[in-house]
Amino acid sequence: MAQASIFEQILDPANRANPYPLYAELRKTPVAREADGTYIVSTYDEIVALLHDPRVSSDIRNLVRQAGATPSPQEGPPGLPEPFIRRDPPDHDRLRKLAMRPFGPPHTPGRIDALRPWLVETTTGLLDALAGKNQVDIVGDVAYPFPVTVICKLLGVPREDESRFHELADAGIETLDPTTGTIEQRKAKRDRTKAELGQYLAALADAHLRQPGGDLLSGFLTDNGPNGRMSREEVLSTAALLLVAGHETTVNLIANGMLTLLRHPGVFERLRREPELSIPLVEELLRYEPPVQFLPDRVTLADIDIAGTTIPQGSPLVLMLAAGSRDPERFDDPDRFMPDRPNNSHLGFGSGIHYCFGAPLARLEAQIALTELACRLEHPRLVADPPPYRPNPTLRGPLHLLVEVDGIRAAGVR
Amino acid sequence: MRVVVDLTRCQGYAQCAFLAPSVFRMQSGDALLYDSNPDDALREQIKRAAAACPVQAIHIGGMGTLAAMRKEPAQRRKPRGPVRLTDAEAAFKRGGRIVIVGASLAGLTAALMLRTQGFAGSLTLIGDEAYDPYDRPPLSKQVLTGWVKADHTLLPYSDELDADWHLGVRAMGLDLAGRQVLLADGNRVQFDRLLIATGARARPWPNDAEASLEGVEVVRTRDDAAQLQRRLAARPGRVLVIGGGFTGSEVASACRELGLPVTVTERGATPLVGALGGVVGAVAAALQRDHGVDLRCGVTVTRLEGDANGRLRRAHFSDGSTLNVDVAVVALGAIRNVEWLRDSGLAVTRWGVACDAACHAFDINGLVTGNIFVAGDVARVPHPIYDYQFLSLEHWGNAVTQAKIAAHNMLSPEADRWPHLAIPTFWSTQFGVNIKSVGVPTFSDALVITQGSLAERRFVAVYGYKGRVTAAVAFDQPKWLEFYQGLIDAAAPFPPAFRTVHQPAEMRPVPPEFPKRAVSDQEATVMVTGREPYERRVRWVYRHL
Ligand SMILES: Cc1cc2nc3c(=O)[nH]c(=O)nc-3n(C[C@H](O)[C@H](O)[C@H](O)COP(=O)(O)OP(=O)(O)OC[C@H]3O[C@@H](n4cnc5c(N)ncnc54)[C@H](O)[C@@H]3O)c2cc1C
Repeated sequence: MAQASIFEQILDPANRANPYPLYAELRKTPVAREADGTYIVSTYDEIVALLHDPRVSSDIRNLVRQAGATPSPQEGPPGLPEPFIRRDPPDHDRLRKLAMRPFGPPHTPGRIDALRPWLVETTTGLLDALAGKNQVDIVGDVAYPFPVTVICKLLGVPREDESRFHELADAGIETLDPTTGTIEQRKAKRDRTKAELGQYLAALADAHLRQPGGDLLSGFLTDNGPNGRMSREEVLSTAALLLVAGHETTVNLIANGMLTLLRHPGVFERLRREPELSIPLVEELLRYEPPVQFLPDRVTLADIDIAGTTIPQGSPLVLMLAAGSRDPERFDDPDRFMPDRPNNSHLGFGSGIHYCFGAPLARLEAQIALTELACRLEHPRLVADPPPYRPNPTLRGPLHLLVEVDGIRAAGVR
Repeated sequence: MRVVVDLTRCQGYAQCAFLAPSVFRMQSGDALLYDSNPDDALREQIKRAAAACPVQAIHIGGMGTLAAMRKEPAQRRKPRGPVRLTDAEAAFKRGGRIVIVGASLAGLTAALMLRTQGFAGSLTLIGDEAYDPYDRPPLSKQVLTGWVKADHTLLPYSDELDADWHLGVRAMGLDLAGRQVLLADGNRVQFDRLLIATGARARPWPNDAEASLEGVEVVRTRDDAAQLQRRLAARPGRVLVIGGGFTGSEVASACRELGLPVTVTERGATPLVGALGGVVGAVAAALQRDHGVDLRCGVTVTRLEGDANGRLRRAHFSDGSTLNVDVAVVALGAIRNVEWLRDSGLAVTRWGVACDAACHAFDINGLVTGNIFVAGDVARVPHPIYDYQFLSLEHWGNAVTQAKIAAHNMLSPEADRWPHLAIPTFWSTQFGVNIKSVGVPTFSDALVITQGSLAERRFVAVYGYKGRVTAAVAFDQPKWLEFYQGLIDAAAPFPPAFRTVHQPAEMRPVPPEFPKRAVSDQEATVMVTGREPYERRVRWVYRHL
């Protein structure tokens, strides 16, 4: 058997705890071709260029079309339409704009900022519940329940239903893992989970239509904007996307963040004394230990000449955001964690038209959670370093992050 | 607090508008407006917004410092041999005298860059406006709607900028040989190196008596904007905007936002026709009309009529019609502030002070000077991409980049000079739309829509000249523009022949419809005397001044 390529080694769960040396290897060939014709792009400038290149599509149906194959007729019940993250303009722009209306500017500019007090309250509550414990699991006790609570409330999904959508969300995320099948196979699997999630959300949508609230789901369903409204199917697929994305990424940002802080006790201590440090610190975490390591499943619509290589039309493309954010051509001393690094245009949330929709929320959640953890955990010690990781190479983060503490300080005590 | 957003970099990610919604506002999905001098109580919010900006375009401390650092990695990529300063150069960097005339965007940026680059000598800034440097783009936008006060557009800079400020004093002359700037207050300021950054001023209404009627306004300075804002706040019956360029269109947009009736007259076929051509201009026209602007193209104002009290009452048009108006905004472009250099011996025309790509001014004979530098709206620079034609630009981003390059070159040995080869970039915000252009659209013989459509008013138009890409203009599509800038840099073939997302079914190049350049040849400005090569010299003749 041929030797595993660097990209294949990155996918190997054995390398999950520290893929960064592999990324450095990868960057030696900024645009590398895998045996199956996929192109892996790992340097900062090239990634940014491709994220702004209109010849790159996020709609993998283009792969099938370009291969000349007729798309296989849908099996089973007709699925939901692709959410905006997997579409190109103009559909992408229309759907994302409609989704933005109840969420942020220009139509609802103050919504996320206004959540701040409640976000603090929610974390405080989670930490209060740990009182008396000497060991906590940062993932299970804070990093996971916090964003789930937030996205549920925002979207208008009952928190109690978590067990119903949790597995589906996990299954959806799994399809981002290139080791779980070909692009087409993963798409088929994703379509199935999306349809199931859609069924769950459809029942909710009916209830919200009868009695609309201030949540996003109600907003999508009842929007009276000048550019019309999403179709019911579009609402369901958008809501499914936000539920999953809001569920499964911030958990890694907070957990990776806490792990990094525990490995840099001086910074942990500084954060306790200087809560404002959380602002640049979270940006540095997004660069240094990003929850989304790469973007799989893009497709070239034309031959693209880049960094001395021609990526042929119709090629699948993987953009290695985490490798780009540690590119020494762009960042001084990139493997160093510098909590107040200036001029930090990291790729933690991507770039271009698909820039993370929930970024402002994820930032606030991480800033608040990490500050609260720093203030309230008394003398925290990592139980295992590295901790066990989730298998997913795309959305990378610890499965558990066990920490021994001398106690939990009362809220508001510094 | 002082904030400035480098809107040439902004791609409309709106992170700032999420995190500090009272300071940063998105007008549509892509057009950002902001309050440059917000309350100090919002500091934490603003820090949060600045940290979150994906392109790091929000500057709080000092605009020169942050942006200067951005350059470092790119430079590192092309390692040069270590650059040694000669003893004289090192001594200059330690204790030389630099004077900057024009204390606005370009002047301030250069000053900050000089300090960032380690200049420890004496630094003097001379400006004829009595205010700290402020930013002009908000003056025709958020200031007119009353959201941001005219005196709230001060530019940020850190206290570390150790400089002698002469504000409220005009430079009246330049003694090249004696290395002195002559000031209106009779003082002379000695320099070793000089930066000319005197920008431009509003072109006034050509008839003095009509121009002095109460209600006839221009928008260039913060006083202008404050006055116009007061007039608009008094809810005039109708506002007339004379000139449908960027400033005029922005004023019209502000008027509509305030619910005021407004008429725009444009001599050309459409608004923005001079900068973007008639094809794209037609979209601007539709935009204006949709927002209730009474747009009159192909028409000029022939006379402004006042009442017995000297108040503007009526406007007369070239088509014989008249209109009752209370306010007229004259938006007929700018005049470069070069009069003070008239007898200086520099290469000065109404297009500005000519300089080389290193920002060295040319003298009257076309020789490069060693110690006189130029930056900003007042500069005229040859650009290789545009056949080495001299470009006179009035763009914010150009003023910033050129000022930084001038500052760097003022301190650098020959081997380490940076050429000013930036692709011109311009933005405008009007009627909720973000308009952004890269390159020089007027340098073109065709254009093609490559993404979106004119009908949707969301599109990218690519301009080409003799088979290569020379410019691109985007309406509400700022995130793609970087790609097109790359095409211009690479002299990519025009029309582009590749498939993109959101591509129109048919891509047919059309003429961009620029008006014929009005050639003003009556102004023979120089004569050359002497016969032999060694004796030929240039002299100015002021025939029409
Ligand atoms: C209303 C308005 C809106 C704009 N909007 C945009 C926009 O949306 N996008 C964009 O890209 N650009 C925009 N611009 C253009 C941008 O503001 C200019 O390109 C920029 O201000 C140029 O900076 P500068 O320092 O070269 O010149 P200026 O800003 O003109 O500054 C020159 C300074 O020198 C002073 N001065 C002149 N003569 C003398 C003298 N003899 N002695 C002493 N001081 C002197 C002047 O009073 C002035 O303070 C706008 C400009 C205006 C006026």
